[in-house]
Amino acid sequence: MAAVIGQPLKRREDPRLITGSATYTDDVRLPGMLQAAFVRSPHAPARIRSVDASAARALPGVVGIFTHEDLADFWKAPLPCAWGAYPLLKNPAHWPLAKGVARHVGDPVAIVVADSRAAVHDAIQQVRVDYEPLPAVVDLDAAVAPGSPRVHEDLADNISFTFDHKTDGVDAAFARADHVVRRRLRQQRLVPNAIEPRAVVADYRRADGQLTVWAATQIPHLLKIFSSGLLGLPEQRVRVIAPEVGGGFGSKLQVYPEDIATMAAAIHLGRPVRWTMDRREEFTSTHHGREGVMDVEAAFTRGGEMTAMRVNWLSDMGAYNMLNGPFVPILGFLVLPGPYRNRELEAHIKGVFTNKTPTDAYRGAGRPEATYLLERLMDLAAAELGLDPVDVRRRNLIRHDEIPFTTATGMTYDAGDYHATLDLALKAIDYAGLRREQASRRQAGGKLLGVGFSTYVEACGLAPSRATSSSAYGAHLYESALVRVQQSGAVTVITGSSPHGQGHETTLSQIVADRMGIPVDSVEVLHGDTQNTPIGLGTYGSRSLVVGGQAVVQACTRVQDKMRLIAAHKLECRPEDVAFGDGRLFVQGAPTRGVAFAEIAATANLGSHAGMPEGMEPGLEATAYFSPENFSFPAGTHVCVAEVDPETGRVRIRRYLAVDDVGVVVNPLIAEGQVHGGVVQAIAQALFEDLPYDADGQPLGASLMEYAVPTSMDVPDIESAFFVTPSPSNAIGAKGIGETGTIAGTPAVVNAVIDALAHLGVRDIDMPLTPPRVWRAIREAGTGGSSRPFAESGEGGRSA
Amino acid sequence: MKVRITVNGTLTEREIEPRTLLVHYLRDELGLTGTHVGCDTSNCGACTVLLDGDAVKSCTVLAAQADGGAVATVEGLAASGPLAALQEGFWEAHGLQCGFCTPGMLMAATQLLRRNPDPTDAEIRRGLEGNLCRCTGYANIVRAVRLAARKGA
Repeated sequence: MAAVIGQPLKRREDPRLITGSATYTDDVRLPGMLQAAFVRSPHAPARIRSVDASAARALPGVVGIFTHEDLADFWKAPLPCAWGAYPLLKNPAHWPLAKGVARHVGDPVAIVVADSRAAVHDAIQQVRVDYEPLPAVVDLDAAVAPGSPRVHEDLADNISFTFDHKTDGVDAAFARADHVVRRRLRQQRLVPNAIEPRAVVADYRRADGQLTVWAATQIPHLLKIFSSGLLGLPEQRVRVIAPEVGGGFGSKLQVYPEDIATMAAAIHLGRPVRWTMDRREEFTSTHHGREGVMDVEAAFTRGGEMTAMRVNWLSDMGAYNMLNGPFVPILGFLVLPGPYRNRELEAHIKGVFTNKTPTDAYRGAGRPEATYLLERLMDLAAAELGLDPVDVRRRNLIRHDEIPFTTATGMTYDAGDYHATLDLALKAIDYAGLRREQASRRQAGGKLLGVGFSTYVEACGLAPSRATSSSAYGAHLYESALVRVQQSGAVTVITGSSPHGQGHETTLSQIVADRMGIPVDSVEVLHGDTQNTPIGLGTYGSRSLVVGGQAVVQACTRVQDKMRLIAAHKLECRPEDVAFGDGRLFVQGAPTRGVAFAEIAATANLGSHAGMPEGMEPGLEATAYFSPENFSFPAGTHVCVAEVDPETGRVRIRRYLAVDDVGVVVNPLIAEGQVHGGVVQAIAQALFEDLPYDADGQPLGASLMEYAVPTSMDVPDIESAFFVTPSPSNAIGAKGIGETGTIAGTPAVVNAVIDALAHLGVRDIDMPLTPPRVWRAIREAGTGGSSRPFAESGEGGRSA
Repeated sequence: MKVRITVNGTLTEREIEPRTLLVHYLRDELGLTGTHVGCDTSNCGACTVLLDGDAVKSCTVLAAQADGGAVATVEGLAASGPLAALQEGFWEAHGLQCGFCTPGMLMAATQLLRRNPDPTDAEIRRGLEGNLCRCTGYANIVRAVRLAARKGA
């Protein structure tokens, strides 16, 4: 049988998706189902003086309108922050519906339930809320300044948490430095914008108190656990089903106010209730990603070796701590050393409350911020020291023979060859040729050329429970799987992971087929229903293959051990001599002595005891849980080649190459797809996307009309190549693929644009690098375009 | 008001509120949930269907405007059995991940290939500019349409 690991098999999930026959949450239809919608605050902070729902209640079709107080009996606990155990965290109560004060534009104030979509939308317009606007906290520096208004009046300040770390030699290294690079780097606010809007359907059966929930979620088990706790329901009476889920990128790794409020309304009314987000709600009520400012200084030798780094990082939590919000910058902290040898690090992180939509994980979660900081530093050091950015990286990259390497943040990189991925990338792009072309274009005038690098390492496979518990995270981060061999020899895998586009059904089938020596088509993979899946922590953090896949391997191994015993009994050989292949179990070294896989399956499930060893239980299934000992560490080199039109500031990416070491690749078709999508989201952050707020806390451009999710016209083809060093963290050897693109890609693009303009003296442009910003940077550097092509108000928007 | 709309070759007739959008007619009245709603500003294209042969965003067309017309949705692409060349192309080229934008992409690409049976990559990108995908980065969607064109969609 040909190897199935490494085969670019077409996906098992696709037939239902390409025919319109998949069921997403909004496709669920239940008899008597009602529609919910939310009345949301139009102000950033505002005291809620009163809510008058009388006019709305009188409208036809309206079934109920509820505020925080109306449903007070349901709220047993505020919404969760999994970082609750961290002693320095201040965690003000966050209720599903605002209690007294709405703290950001979009904060839900009331839930309205009606018998149709149209009726509920009519009704929310008629709910009169008397607001008393309060001063808004928007800017991060102002938020932490003494005397700032407070987002939470019962707290002393706007600091959600602080995190400090300093190695012993930092001050000495700065004292000795030949050169210090200092910068303030900004991460703008990103809106995840999965194309499937968030949705939840809650169905409560009064007769026995059973709550069944369909939800567009990455974490059905966590949503079940938290829902039962928050609403005071017995855990065994709550079932959460994640049906088809249309993308997440972290945004569906959450326990949202609307989820819990919709469930409470369904219980209260005793009827099924559905809520599906409007896209505009994505911009104010789905958690956002990334906003922060990082003040960094880095000590370098004359030759470009980094000897110490200091970072002061203000990370915007928005109005509340969400499920993992405070964990995001900490995850970034873990990879602040990057793939570089420097072991002197001082980092001070503050989570900051502001009157903006809360933030939490968005594809990469903290690690893109860390990588951006480091990779900008490498280029800035090169520019200030008159060195080539590739040479600076070479000088600092950990060598293959130094691995395992323990960093300043306690990460032990266990496999990788960072120089090799850089070498591969340089060869593929003809670096010397690009530099020649860059020089000649600068001579000739016209469009300028830049080359940008990002050499990165990420910590994935979230996460070793030892690490999470030592950092006060309130949960293990294991994964689970059940493997059942049916009597026909078909195999059912039930994973605790919960995919939303990643192709688990295909990849996990390949793993099982490989280990059991059976056709991929005889394996089915089930997921997403808490009633029949073992508890799993969900799909995020590039963990489903690395952690979830290993759980599948372990469950497989247990089932196979039993199958070996049965085969040995039939074949009269030692169990350890039994091998799997070609749909058979056979004696190693004597392949003609064998028995069909299906025969063992039949014997164990339905066959007579005669075929089984004395005393063996019938059945063929096993459940396994896997909690990793270490993170996995994908690494690699991304290169962006960009053209910049100095007349307009427009950027065109001519070439983008990703050389990624994600360990063993199970399905290259799927892996490349993950790289493509991730890199395009990275390009989007670098060039297009931003949700700014005005001084009153109003989001500016909160719709897809203004917020520039890239179209097919905005991005290039992405070239993806894999370099493999197997991860020792799991038997598959995989390191995780979901986040490489966003972690590595953004600084490669920014570096390329700034490299194109370097000869003009441009060193910094804040993201996103829109045409007006690039044009202005050229102008401010004292040369470039001949007129002002954009009005001041022309900021933002895509470059096409 | 009453509307009569032929959907995937079958005449449908319903009494609806005048403000009913075509996409809600398809999803809620007919139970054809393959056509998705991804936004409310006609930016994302997840709701794309063909109305009298032209790709339209069914979240910005009233069902009343389709009265007397013929609508084709994703459910009709392979109604007669085998997958359409575009569906095969998307499957083979891994032109989808979460699948939510896919029905709209397929319908927009159907129009594209009818108008231009042998498009260049640039023409494919231009033809699908009105459909957002957040997962694939578009490269494999372009490849999928190219494969379908080669097979003669």
